[in-house]
Amino acid sequence: MADTLNVATWKEAVEFAPGVHWIGALDPTLRTFDIILKTANGTTYNSYLVRGSGGVAIIDTVKEGFEDEFFHRLESVARYDEIRVIVLNHLEPDHSGALPELMRRAPQARLYISTRATTMLKALLRPNREEPFEYTTVTTNDRVSLGDRHLRFLHTPFLHWPDTQCTYLEEQQVLFSGDVFGCHYCDSRLFNDRVGDFRFSFDYYYAHIMRPFKQWVMEALALIEPLKLKVVAPTHGPILRERPRRYVAHYRELSTSSLSRELGDTNKSLIIFYMSSYGNTARMAEAIYQGADTVEGVRVSLYDLEGGEVAPFVDLIEDADALLFGSPTINGDAVKPVWDLLSSLAVVNLKGKIGAAFGSYGWSGEAVRMVEDRMRGLKMRVPREGIRVKLIPTQEELDECTGFGREIANILVGKEVQRGVIEFSDLT
Amino acid sequence: MAKAKITFEDINQTVSVPAGTRIIEISEKIGAGVIYGCREGDCGTCMMEVTEGWNNLTEPSVLEEKVLRENMAGRHYRLACQAQILGDCKVKPA
Repeated sequence: MADTLNVATWKEAVEFAPGVHWIGALDPTLRTFDIILKTANGTTYNSYLVRGSGGVAIIDTVKEGFEDEFFHRLESVARYDEIRVIVLNHLEPDHSGALPELMRRAPQARLYISTRATTMLKALLRPNREEPFEYTTVTTNDRVSLGDRHLRFLHTPFLHWPDTQCTYLEEQQVLFSGDVFGCHYCDSRLFNDRVGDFRFSFDYYYAHIMRPFKQWVMEALALIEPLKLKVVAPTHGPILRERPRRYVAHYRELSTSSLSRELGDTNKSLIIFYMSSYGNTARMAEAIYQGADTVEGVRVSLYDLEGGEVAPFVDLIEDADALLFGSPTINGDAVKPVWDLLSSLAVVNLKGKIGAAFGSYGWSGEAVRMVEDRMRGLKMRVPREGIRVKLIPTQEELDECTGFGREIANILVGKEVQRGVIEFSDLT
Repeated sequence: MAKAKITFEDINQTVSVPAGTRIIEISEKIGAGVIYGCREGDCGTCMMEVTEGWNNLTEPSVLEEKVLRENMAGRHYRLACQAQILGDCKVKPA
């Protein structure tokens, strides 16, 4: 069947390992997923059925509106009263959409979710059912028996919600990986050795869904890499049965910082971005650069936003340790190129990076405080109040900028100047 | 008004504050490394470790304890957006 498989017309389950079936649905017309992702040829909602000697397990369901296809495939290989186990690796509505109806048809089944999923389950399914489902929470190495088959759980939070987990079918060496190793790519031939070229979709999906959580990817890989893997079965896109380990290795490669290899372990990266209308904020940026550059162990970079594009700057920011933004104030606001960059950072992890702001202004000077608030909102640490200069900076003010750059760089390398005990009332 | 000292160990900075002050009110102003998400005790982003003076903070509510449990918090971890200072203590980001 594999050579001629077309699940657009073949509406039954597809067995890809003994007793292991794909029972998902195709969504070929979808063009935007979850606001942030384009889907040039749609997506799939992959759901799986595992038959053991002691009963049947369903792993993940499909998006609301695709239940008919899902239930039809399920019914082609199992009866509802055989279902003992339902696993949700991820509660996002594209995987939990058919859960209420599945629980209604198989009331004897037990639902297994991760420990982080409980509040989401209640919040997501509130409109569909007055009484909450009975469920069991599981974490890494918890197991569920289906008689001669066993499912083992791997706690892999934030890939891509806090609740996410993977489920490993031990005897068949199949990893039901949830959104991990998935992509929005719809092809009725279903398997990675049969579908078209989906490399772009795989990397694009990683860049938007997994990239902000690279540290969690690394922790998940530590659990996944030791497993024997015959098949990786994600919730979106092709089932990876042909050399699945390549995709695991690719995730490690994508999650490893390239700049840290370039800088070595000892250097920290501090980047100054600025925009300037009359050269005043630019002069401040240059003075800050000179100050920061005197600190041992800090590699300083200076970029005029006018001369660059957002995407490569986002790459730089991802690998930086400290970020300084210089903006003039125009009509009471920071300027658009600064906001364009600051509003494009949802795909990278900024948690704990050091931030600071500076800028020249004409009469009100709100930009610096606005940018600082934005950086705090992005979970950066803003250790020092930024510098605001009215119009053309004096030499004294430029010296202050040099000292500011040096101070931020020193904070970056852990040489923060101590300020004694501060009175709360003295903090602005 | 009773006062207490809180030390943010990651930046080695001590602040003298009125008793009853929430840690969130101090840590951002001082530029400490505790970071915030929802700011209302739901997301767990501002989890921190209390290294000294655990008993000098207000008791965690049932809801805070639930969030800490779900986030697999270690012993003496608290949410900075919820904990109020009653006496001297030391904290650092979790």
